[in-house]
Amino acid sequence: MMTLINTFLADKGIYMLTLLLLSLGVAGVIVCNNYMKKLICMNVMQVAVIFFFLCLGQKSPGTIPVAMDTVVKASDYINPLPHGLMLTAIVVSLGTTGVGLSLLLRIREKYGTIEEDDMLRREELMTRVEKNGGKRD
Amino acid sequence: MINFMALELRPLYAVLVSLIASGLIYVLGEHIRPNAREAITMVAAVCKAVIVYSLIPAVLAGTEIKLEVFKIVKGVSFAFNVDPAGMVFACVASTLWILTSIYSIGYMRGHGEQNQTGYFAAFAMCLCAATGLCFAGNLITFFIFFEVLTVATYPLVVHYRDAEGTVSGRKYLAYTLISGQIFFAAIVIVYSVSGTMDFVPGGFITKDMLPMPWALVVFFMMIGAGIVKAGVMPLHSWLPAAMVAPTPVSALLHAVAVVKAGAFCTLRVVLYVFGPEMAKACYGADILAWMAVFTIILSSFIAMRKYNLKARLAFSTVGQLSYIVLGICILTPYSTAGALYHIVAHAFMKITLFMAAGAIFVTTHKKDIREMVGIGKRMPVTMMAFTAASIGIAGFPFFVGFVSKANIIMGAVSMGKPVFVATLIASALLALTYLMPVVLVAFKKNVDNPEFDEGGDAAPAMLIPLVITAVISIILGIAPNAGLHLFDLAVMAGNQIFTPLM
Amino acid sequence: MTNLIGNTPVLIILLPLCSALLCLALTAVSKNLGSLVVKISCLGSLVLSVIQLCMVVSGGTIHYAIGNYAVPYGIEFVIDSLNAVLLVAFSLMGFLTVIFAGNFSDNKNHFKTAGAYAELALLITGILGMTSTGDVFNLYVFLEITSLSAYCLISLGGSRGVVSAYRYMLVGTIAATFYLLGIGILYATTGTLNMGDMSNILNEGGHDGAMLVAMCFLIPAFGIKMALFPFHGWQPSAYTHAEPGSRPLVTGVMGKVPALAMFRFFYCIYGTDFRFFRIALMLLGILSVIGMIYGSLMAMGQNDIRKILAYSSVAQIGYISLGFAIGTPIALAGSFLHMLGHAFMKGGLFFCTGAIRYKYGTVDINDFGRIYKKMPLTCGLLVIAALSMIGIPPTAGFFSKWYLALGAAGQHEWIYIAVLVLSSLLNAVYFFRLIEKVFIRQSSDLKTRWESEVLELPVTLIIPIVACFLAILGIGLFNVKIIDVLLMTLEGVGL
Repeated sequence: MMTLINTFLADKGIYMLTLLLLSLGVAGVIVCNNYMKKLICMNVMQVAVIFFFLCLGQKSPGTIPVAMDTVVKASDYINPLPHGLMLTAIVVSLGTTGVGLSLLLRIREKYGTIEEDDMLRREELMTRVEKNGGKRD
Repeated sequence: MINFMALELRPLYAVLVSLIASGLIYVLGEHIRPNAREAITMVAAVCKAVIVYSLIPAVLAGTEIKLEVFKIVKGVSFAFNVDPAGMVFACVASTLWILTSIYSIGYMRGHGEQNQTGYFAAFAMCLCAATGLCFAGNLITFFIFFEVLTVATYPLVVHYRDAEGTVSGRKYLAYTLISGQIFFAAIVIVYSVSGTMDFVPGGFITKDMLPMPWALVVFFMMIGAGIVKAGVMPLHSWLPAAMVAPTPVSALLHAVAVVKAGAFCTLRVVLYVFGPEMAKACYGADILAWMAVFTIILSSFIAMRKYNLKARLAFSTVGQLSYIVLGICILTPYSTAGALYHIVAHAFMKITLFMAAGAIFVTTHKKDIREMVGIGKRMPVTMMAFTAASIGIAGFPFFVGFVSKANIIMGAVSMGKPVFVATLIASALLALTYLMPVVLVAFKKNVDNPEFDEGGDAAPAMLIPLVITAVISIILGIAPNAGLHLFDLAVMAGNQIFTPLM
Repeated sequence: MTNLIGNTPVLIILLPLCSALLCLALTAVSKNLGSLVVKISCLGSLVLSVIQLCMVVSGGTIHYAIGNYAVPYGIEFVIDSLNAVLLVAFSLMGFLTVIFAGNFSDNKNHFKTAGAYAELALLITGILGMTSTGDVFNLYVFLEITSLSAYCLISLGGSRGVVSAYRYMLVGTIAATFYLLGIGILYATTGTLNMGDMSNILNEGGHDGAMLVAMCFLIPAFGIKMALFPFHGWQPSAYTHAEPGSRPLVTGVMGKVPALAMFRFFYCIYGTDFRFFRIALMLLGILSVIGMIYGSLMAMGQNDIRKILAYSSVAQIGYISLGFAIGTPIALAGSFLHMLGHAFMKGGLFFCTGAIRYKYGTVDINDFGRIYKKMPLTCGLLVIAALSMIGIPPTAGFFSKWYLALGAAGQHEWIYIAVLVLSSLLNAVYFFRLIEKVFIRQSSDLKTRWESEVLELPVTLIIPIVACFLAILGIGLFNVKIIDVLLMTLEGVGL
């Protein structure tokens, strides 16, 4: 029994961990009240997927995918493709975070807060003002 | 080199003429003077009538006039097929468009109506759709024009843009759109089980395609759209509500385009899609016939209790349209020809009545029958026309209503349906009881109503069309084939449908 | 010249991409040069995509290997008849939006305007890229380009816009992450990222488990991006508060491209032999049906025309996914026809609202009383687009509904036909409410901001309106030609 668990953990354990990280991230995005925390959780989520891809690319008898004279067989290198993909994914996540941060700045500028509850209250107030002020009474 | 005058292309032209007129009127709109709008309408109306009339000899000779314009959906063409049944309706619609146009001009000017651009544009659109309906060669082409008609009538119903109009408009849309969408679903089902949509005299659905309970369901899904437009009870209540519209619109709704489109839809579905055998086998025709009987009797009684002239006429329409439905559902060549001819007969009689009602309203601002005592003195010509049409509706010999009713009754007798015969005769008497009081009140001898002493009859633009329609309804009563050979066409249609069975 | 024609698939995407990058720099040179370059590049894409459509129709599917890297190692663009048609529609919509957007720019701050143009060009790049690509990871990249530029465009619509953009960003990123995870699993199973190659390997069988897990991630991912019920939460506020100039593109096209991607995964990669295919279709069908009814019901309660249209999009996306759920070639063709038609209907309705807002500064339908007298052309499009949404012939909406219903009847899914009917009736309720406001309600005293004797609107507003009008009728009347072209591809993939 123990060996079974051990082999499972050795083989698939890392995937379980990334799954856990992903769930944490998603839960955080949904549950957190503070928009900054939501953004951080979003990053956690993205990192989880990056880990997932990197784990895919890993194999034990393999070296970094840079051509060397001593290693000629392709099977001795690890697969470079997931790394390449993840470079792109990192760039995308960087872009998303950047956009998110700048949006947060604007929200803070306009609402004076980045707590969701406060903002909802503010928004309700704005709607009421619009209804009364925007049109003739 | 295409022959642009070819017979096959003419139905397309007939549809396009009014479509173009409608587009022109809407686009030019307020930029042109009222005269130009009316001129466009008149020119289009005359062109359309000429095109439609030019098809009659070929149809009478039995020539097939088929045109596939282009593929409208995968596997089915946008097709026109000019057959005698469609020809009858097309002749009525195009003839009456000329007359209602003249009348509209008089009415709209006399009454100083607003929103005339939209009015004339929508009117032309309705006629485009009505002609399309007549010539449509398959279900989808038919449905397209049917829905266009539904939508194009809406602006006419809400013409006055007031609260009452809005409510009637909603009611109208609720009835017609719901039934139209169910019709759509039924067309899809029919197409998927039969693989064809072309109208065939005698129908194309067989028992193998639709087993019994489903056949009845699909039958009523399809017929629903038709009987809503035709105002068969209990689906009639949009029709009296739509009375808020201006009188020429009511005339159009009731006599020419909309309700007749409903009756025509019933005809196509019962006799050209399901066919007499299938309609009988699934009990659809029987149920529908009883609904029509019920409507004929009940609507007459309701009409008696209405004192608004237009409302009384509306319930009369409800009843008369059920004659057509009943005639179709009796499923004999005679009754079918009678039903088709009743489209003609009712159109000319009812339009006379409505035009007279409108002329009374514009000239004296009277709507209530009880206020019309002695009006015959001021408006003798109008009221004479009204009287002629009323007698016609009741089905007196030498009036056009007699020809159609006699045929329907002959059909009912040949099928051995005494109840239907009794209904038809009783309803003739009932029609007298609700229309004759108007005539009697108008020509009451010993009353001196100072209101009606002077002022003269209606304006010529209103008077001329209504006299023409009254005269036509008498001429057609004496010689049903006069002019356009409409009776022959109706009989041809009846024979076409039932010949394969005999 | 032959080089140019041979490279159309990539040029279509490169043109707006380059113009987006150049836009700000050129604005520094001359204040209108940047936006002009964007407009020209979008026109270029449009012309090229039309040429490409002709090539595909006559010569069959185009396979284009980017940089001549051998497939399946390099990125491949696959332009089959489906893509080619959609590319034309999307680039046309993009071009119209770019023209239209000029009227809503900030005249004082040219760099802000140029930035908005750059984002718009990027959005077009992303959309066209997602449509053309045949590589699952490349799809992700374009998906993110689309999303990021959409976040920015939505945030430009005032303070509400910023909040909606932020919320959309959070949800959108979850979708993107799920997508990445889904293709990660598929990649681990097959070792390839090329769609065609992946499909071949998966169809050898024995991968059902991994495919199922991947599908569990992919359905929410696409669901969120296309605003399929129940993943639509971000959509109404984002559509409502997006920057007015770009709104037609955001609302009309952005939701369709993920739907195309979903189709690719369901039908082109997984294929109909997938063991759980029927179950997935049923799930999709249930979601679509609920979405169609829910969206229409929500739209009925709104007064802001933008919100009405946004909720109606939830319903209309349901039509598209319903076609996928039915799955026969004819129903799929209906879906794609609806995708085309709806791009122009929804885009057109937003062109109308934009025009009314431009002229009178209002978006509340209660202010629209008899506006048709002042803006006949705009209201003409409004009516046609509304009728098309309801599905009245001969507009585009009727015919897509026809094919969907026909497909449903072919599969004996009677309930879908009933829902189609019900949904059109619900659409009729709120669209006729809108028409009533426009045509019947007493006119309110609106101050016009545009004075002209001859035209009701500036030419740059009239062009998109007329184009949408013609497109809606054109797609309706000539649907058979489009369906034939679509079926060239769809015949092979449906049930």
